[in-house]
Amino acid sequence: MKSAVVLLPGLNRDRDMIAALTKISGTPPLTVWQTDTEIPDVDLITIPGGFSFGDYLRCGAIAARMPVMRAVAEKAAKGVMVIGVCNGFQILVEAGLLPGALMRNTSLKFVCRQVKLQIANANTMFTRRYQPGQIIRSPVAHHDGNYFADAETLRRLEGEGQVVFRYAEGTNPNGSINDIAGIINGQGNVLGLMPHPENLIEAAHGGSDGRALFESALGIAA
Amino acid sequence: MIKARITVTLKNGVLDPQGKAIEHALSGMGFDGVGQVRQGKVFDVELSESDKAKAEADLKAMCDRLLANTVIENYSVAIT
Repeated sequence: MKSAVVLLPGLNRDRDMIAALTKISGTPPLTVWQTDTEIPDVDLITIPGGFSFGDYLRCGAIAARMPVMRAVAEKAAKGVMVIGVCNGFQILVEAGLLPGALMRNTSLKFVCRQVKLQIANANTMFTRRYQPGQIIRSPVAHHDGNYFADAETLRRLEGEGQVVFRYAEGTNPNGSINDIAGIINGQGNVLGLMPHPENLIEAAHGGSDGRALFESALGIAA
Repeated sequence: MIKARITVTLKNGVLDPQGKAIEHALSGMGFDGVGQVRQGKVFDVELSESDKAKAEADLKAMCDRLLANTVIENYSVAIT
């Protein structure tokens, strides 16, 4: 399985993502730059977290209009897996690859802590190594993670099992509707989530709860 | 040259925690009778285009494609 990491100015979790993919798959991912109009043949494309373009206008808004995102959309349409973490999730919703929007946390505070996540759908290519309903730990670090979607979109997401990660009871850090922490698209190959599973993949991180996400996507046995 | 002002506001029903905080601050400062406050954005745009209709169509396209997130925001375009 080959993977790629999208690089944009202002991202700051790109090295964490590269390290996680390298450690878990045994092969360093390719990197693609914002101006690249084509992405080499890979099985998984990841968009890391950070503050692309300084969060100007809206988080992820400017990054979503860069040439590389057109290439990501083309690959996604062909079934290539895409994971957007944190700012990567914001970029995916701004690019229209995932529905809804990510708004300012209701507390108005930047939250940087560990939360508990419930696996709301373990029957996806990103979560098949988890158990349904399993509670895992994951760090979060964001100012705009308050997921919002209109009533009809929300009904569709809930009805079709597109809500993949939910903040476990009492740990919602941002006011996100229905405690939504991560969703997939209708086709099931594009995942966006606010938490940072790439920062919890080995003992040195204090746990490896995030590892199974990448093992699921990369088809690696636990 | 055409100058325009674009105003982007949150749709009704979309929670606006920043507007809420401003609302509370105003009340706390002693401004009585402050109702709901909603925060938005203003963009002043200059265009070299001289055809007003063409300019307006372009400005609307800019809003739809970048300046507003139509999932949560409305916009209005005023050519000044």
